[in-house]
Amino acid sequence: MEKTQNNKAWFLVLPVLVLVAFSAILPLMTVVNYAFNDTFGNNQFFWAGIEWFDDMIHSERLRAALGRQVIFSLIILAIEVPLGIFIALNMPKKGFWASFCLVLMALPLLIPFNVVGTIWQIFGRVDIGLLGHTLAAMGVDYNYTNDPLDAWITVIVMDVWHWTSLVALLAYAGLQSIPQAYYQAARIDQATRWSVFRYIELPKMKGVLLIAVLLRFMDSFMIYTEPFVVTGGGPGNSTTFLSIDLAKMATGQFDLGPAAAFSIMYFLVILLISWVFYTVMTNLDRAESGEENR
Amino acid sequence: MRIRPNAVVMTIYLLFLLIPIYWLIGMSLKTNTEITGAFTLWPQDLTFRNYRVILTDPSWYMGYVNSMIYVTMNVVITITVALPAAYAFSRYSFMGDKHLFFWLLTNRMAPPAVFALPFFQLYSAMNLIDTHIAVALAHCLFNVPLAVWILEGFMRGVPKEIDETAYIDGYSFPKFFVKIFMPLIASGIGVAAFFCFMFSWVELLLSRTLTTTDAKPIAAVMTRTVSASGMDWGVLAAAGVLTIVPGALVIYFVRNYIAKGFALGRV
Repeated sequence: MEKTQNNKAWFLVLPVLVLVAFSAILPLMTVVNYAFNDTFGNNQFFWAGIEWFDDMIHSERLRAALGRQVIFSLIILAIEVPLGIFIALNMPKKGFWASFCLVLMALPLLIPFNVVGTIWQIFGRVDIGLLGHTLAAMGVDYNYTNDPLDAWITVIVMDVWHWTSLVALLAYAGLQSIPQAYYQAARIDQATRWSVFRYIELPKMKGVLLIAVLLRFMDSFMIYTEPFVVTGGGPGNSTTFLSIDLAKMATGQFDLGPAAAFSIMYFLVILLISWVFYTVMTNLDRAESGEENR
Repeated sequence: MRIRPNAVVMTIYLLFLLIPIYWLIGMSLKTNTEITGAFTLWPQDLTFRNYRVILTDPSWYMGYVNSMIYVTMNVVITITVALPAAYAFSRYSFMGDKHLFFWLLTNRMAPPAVFALPFFQLYSAMNLIDTHIAVALAHCLFNVPLAVWILEGFMRGVPKEIDETAYIDGYSFPKFFVKIFMPLIASGIGVAAFFCFMFSWVELLLSRTLTTTDAKPIAAVMTRTVSASGMDWGVLAAAGVLTIVPGALVIYFVRNYIAKGFALGRV
């Protein structure tokens, strides 16, 4: 749509600006303050320069957490995106069953994060959980509190349980927007199921899928509550992801300087990713509207 | 009757989603001796004790009240400030609009863990710790950008001629906005409110950091079940079930809009 040039529109944006400035810029400034200073309480600060950043970049602990985080996010994407698409393709198109599936699938998304953790903590326990008990009965040696691999599997299955629906719902919405005529043309051409998917459905879902991938990437990149409840970051440090490590450092040990430096680097990584996200998306928008104008 | 493969896939997936929830509900109806003593697929000795514990103890049920209060406050604040801003973004181009929009979005992507500590200090300095408004304001960090984003998408779909006609008919901006424009994007407001509700309801890190007793959310109260006498699994499960209820109700009411909201791809 053609937009009017009007700088007075700033007045309409002002409330948002004030509110977000209060809840984002002010706290961020505090973080920056801590990141470059050393403090012994009493509001006395000593300039520390980039010492904390230096510490953090060379910290084994941070590197390990970052490595685990990246692996975790990639596994999540590799499972949830194809599975989500697959589910969306199999969903009923309309009528009672479509809303039925929608409502049930949205259910995990509305459960508080720590309750998701609690559900899986209980579900996976060997003594009282259905999953743990069944596996034990089948002779599988499964114990997520002792075995790092089992802990990883539990956390990943939990995330798949929690968030695949989001990908599926996004993909489903993308599929819904494909006009029937496309399918009819494909039928006349006697296209196989695979080529319908490859040349009609996939390109049409590109926009929503991109959003799904980036949302899942970012949200899994800052995952905190669910693994914290299930494994507490353990056994050992095997499921300590970035946010868990950060929260331990900041609110557990009160290592404010390193934690703040960590926060800033963490935030910059996210900022970089969201910039890529935003750029790709606006380009995509432009490409699409360009096609329509032709 | 032929069994359709689609239906099989969906049944398996829905079972995968529902069995853990079923297990939670089942456990909430069992006695603690049954939970830890015998392994049963459904409650043998049906009891509502766990729910009674929660619904009669103020320190438990106030958790729900607190969560409801700050979530509602957050949704109201968010939608109120996001509406005019989304209108501005959808109708006008102004100096720095693209940068501003991007900056807003980055806040949706900020890890809450980064903000937990500074929020605590900021709100302590303002004596807001342990109040509902503190949590509501903190959640605006990620909800306001989200709401602006969703609403902008819906507003873009409303033809500009409607605005112009209204002005010609002598409507002032506020009157036009409330009387004509808002009804037109009612479903958009519904979707935005749904997502704000959802993200504020499920968030724990910030709400736990900013509250101690008076405004403690239910999700944080749940951690109490670990006591000297061991874990009170039944009550924990019942509390979990009760946190699912409001979400399930909300989904049910907006079920026809969910697909539309997702179709915009702006979650």
